[in-house]
Amino acid sequence: MKVELFYWEGCPSHPEALELLEAVLAERGLEVEVERRRVDTDEEAQALRFPGSPTIRIDGRDVDPAGAASRPALNCRIYYLPDGRVSPIPSREQLEEALS
Amino acid sequence: MSTAVAQTAPQFSLPGVDGSDHALDDYRDASALVLVQSCNHCPYVQGWEGRLIDVARDYADRGVRVVAISSNDVASHPEDSFDEMQRRARAQGFTFDYLYDESQDVARALGSERTPEVFVYDADRRLAYHGAIDDNRDETAVTARYLRDALDAVLAGEAPAVTDTAPVGCTVKWRS
Repeated sequence: MKVELFYWEGCPSHPEALELLEAVLAERGLEVEVERRRVDTDEEAQALRFPGSPTIRIDGRDVDPAGAASRPALNCRIYYLPDGRVSPIPSREQLEEALS
Repeated sequence: MSTAVAQTAPQFSLPGVDGSDHALDDYRDASALVLVQSCNHCPYVQGWEGRLIDVARDYADRGVRVVAISSNDVASHPEDSFDEMQRRARAQGFTFDYLYDESQDVARALGSERTPEVFVYDADRRLAYHGAIDDNRDETAVTARYLRDALDAVLAGEAPAVTDTAPVGCTVKWRS
């Protein structure tokens, strides 16, 4: 399994996302190293189809497919929690579903 | 207190989403003035938006005015255009003025870095509090309500116990 976390330093959410991702991986007994990939430029964002920070892909598939097609940009990415609230990181449920 | 941020409220005259221009002097009667560096697209702004709406409503009858200002470069972030600001203000039912700082002069004068980032000025328009609205983007986990505490102190004629915190959010999108 390949787990990638793409992030932009201008958004402060990636450490929290990484912590949650690693916790979910550990809870599921998955000994996988998260590959952290920093995105610094608009050109990189375009090339990587990076819709905002953080973006997490499991074997190349975005954990939030609905948001994956958003315009590539050096942004903080918007996620929606199950109760409809906005969040700067994916929900635990999204990560669990992506890993199942 | 951070020295990079404006210690007195900067002069401004900016278009608002209500179709009128708004200047600092228009708020001369406010017992406290809360300037909020803001925008549309940022998830942190959206996460705190409801709390800001509540603060503006809860403190209005005590003479507090809340003014959100978006200075983001709309070339790189078209979601923050003036039209989109008007749409968002209507959709979310903003209880505060929402102004467009196209030149980014006000953001520079404030010393803003993040969205959201709040600046509380007392009746003499001296900075009383700068930083985050509260201590957690997750409303259910908030333990310190910095903005409300600062307003309560200012309205009581006292200095807030906490005068400066690190704002948490997206960066201001400066024009290149």
